[in-house]
Amino acid sequence: MTPMQTAAVSQPMTDVLFVLALALLFLSPLAIAGVAFINAGLGRARSAAQALLGNLVIIAVTAIVFALVGASIAGTLGGAGVSFHMAGRAWNWLGCGSFFLGGLGSAPPQAQLLVLFEFMAVALAAMLPWGSGADRWRLVAGCAAAVVIAAVVFPFFAHWAWGGGWLAQLGVNFGLGAGFLDCGGAATVHVLGGLSALAVVWITGPRRGKFPKEGFSIALPGHNAAYVLFGCLLALVGWLAWNTAGAIILLHAPLASLPVTAINTLLSASAALAATFAITRVRFGKPDASLCANGWLAGLVASTAVAALVTPLQAFFVGLVVGIVTPLLVELCELALSIDDPSGAISVHCVGGLWGLFAAGVFVHGAGQLLAQLVGIATLLGLMLPVVYLLFWLLDRVLPFRVDPDGERMGMDLHELGGGAYPEFVIHRDESYR
Amino acid sequence: MKFAGVLVMPAGFFLTIAALVLFSDPVRQAAFIICGLVVECLGLGVAVRGHMETKGGH
Repeated sequence: MTPMQTAAVSQPMTDVLFVLALALLFLSPLAIAGVAFINAGLGRARSAAQALLGNLVIIAVTAIVFALVGASIAGTLGGAGVSFHMAGRAWNWLGCGSFFLGGLGSAPPQAQLLVLFEFMAVALAAMLPWGSGADRWRLVAGCAAAVVIAAVVFPFFAHWAWGGGWLAQLGVNFGLGAGFLDCGGAATVHVLGGLSALAVVWITGPRRGKFPKEGFSIALPGHNAAYVLFGCLLALVGWLAWNTAGAIILLHAPLASLPVTAINTLLSASAALAATFAITRVRFGKPDASLCANGWLAGLVASTAVAALVTPLQAFFVGLVVGIVTPLLVELCELALSIDDPSGAISVHCVGGLWGLFAAGVFVHGAGQLLAQLVGIATLLGLMLPVVYLLFWLLDRVLPFRVDPDGERMGMDLHELGGGAYPEFVIHRDESYR
Repeated sequence: MKFAGVLVMPAGFFLTIAALVLFSDPVRQAAFIICGLVVECLGLGVAVRGHMETKGGH
């Protein structure tokens, strides 16, 4: 399939598409709710309230900060941007939106929709590291990291990929296909959030007792598989809305193409789940619920990059590959790389998103499209990860990320909130009390 | 060691930018972009190795 040109405000949006995109954006927070449930369920019982409150606070913080600062950096479709010239081409690197969304009401409908889309996207991107830092990341520090993501990290990349920045212009300036394609947020939300999660895991270190000095890592299973699996169901609804809204807003997809986008989303997730189910069944003798949830979510993540661009068979293949890779990668991170990532955000969102972006380059016809996708991937790995890591490292000097050992033993709920999520339950003694 | 790896990664990014600026031939562009990605992966590998040596550091 050939991608439509990346969105341009010069093409007016019909009223039907505007209303449909708006309605879909109202459903997209279900993706956020799903991820929040999954994060909480994969953490420990004694940190469940802090985990869910953290998700809520991060949504609020990112909304305020993005409105205040981020949206002006991200700019709007067709809006002004700051460029420098190199090799005879303009490199648009910074948006020039108004302070605190001034003038948004008079902007073209599509530009307004993009800003709403970005509000959802920045919340989800900032929530991903929160899940990876579960059970040891202080709430205040998590909010500060969300401020950094919403004010600096996300807006710049969102401008480059969605706001007519240099990545979106790779096609016009360098003849690389239709430019970097990220029509659902695989790069701007999932890879960026997953890389932030990696930075957080590097800085906070593992949970107490996770990696003993001698021997293998200790399994610290999630406390509520029902939360995790219910989160997966919620996420499906959210993702269907998210991917179709992204196709309308960022690709100018016509009405007739939207059912295929939704079907591709479902197929990708289904293929991923089937693959993960089979792999865990073969490896462990029984299917593993939390790994199956990771596989399902990884299929949804990969679909954000390709659902609006490929055929159903290609979407199935994309999901199948990510479903095979995800459980192996989760195991590799834990057993071989000493990465304690309770929510699996690094394997699911970062690697799933990267695979989706690469697959979009392979399956979308157009000379240079794969190179455009590779340039986008190189920007994420080579520029955004070091920037996020250095910003978080500096932030950690000012506002320590990790809770003190007593707080970790007590549990984040009691330590930070003064009360647990399950006050009627006895929290069992475990290895961290020894 | 972790910092060394993280600091190597931007070198890969600048290689990919150099590919866009210096070459118009798609084959050379592709070669440089892939080299840039390889450098980034090496940097990432060094950073992960640095993390592993401390078993997470806590």
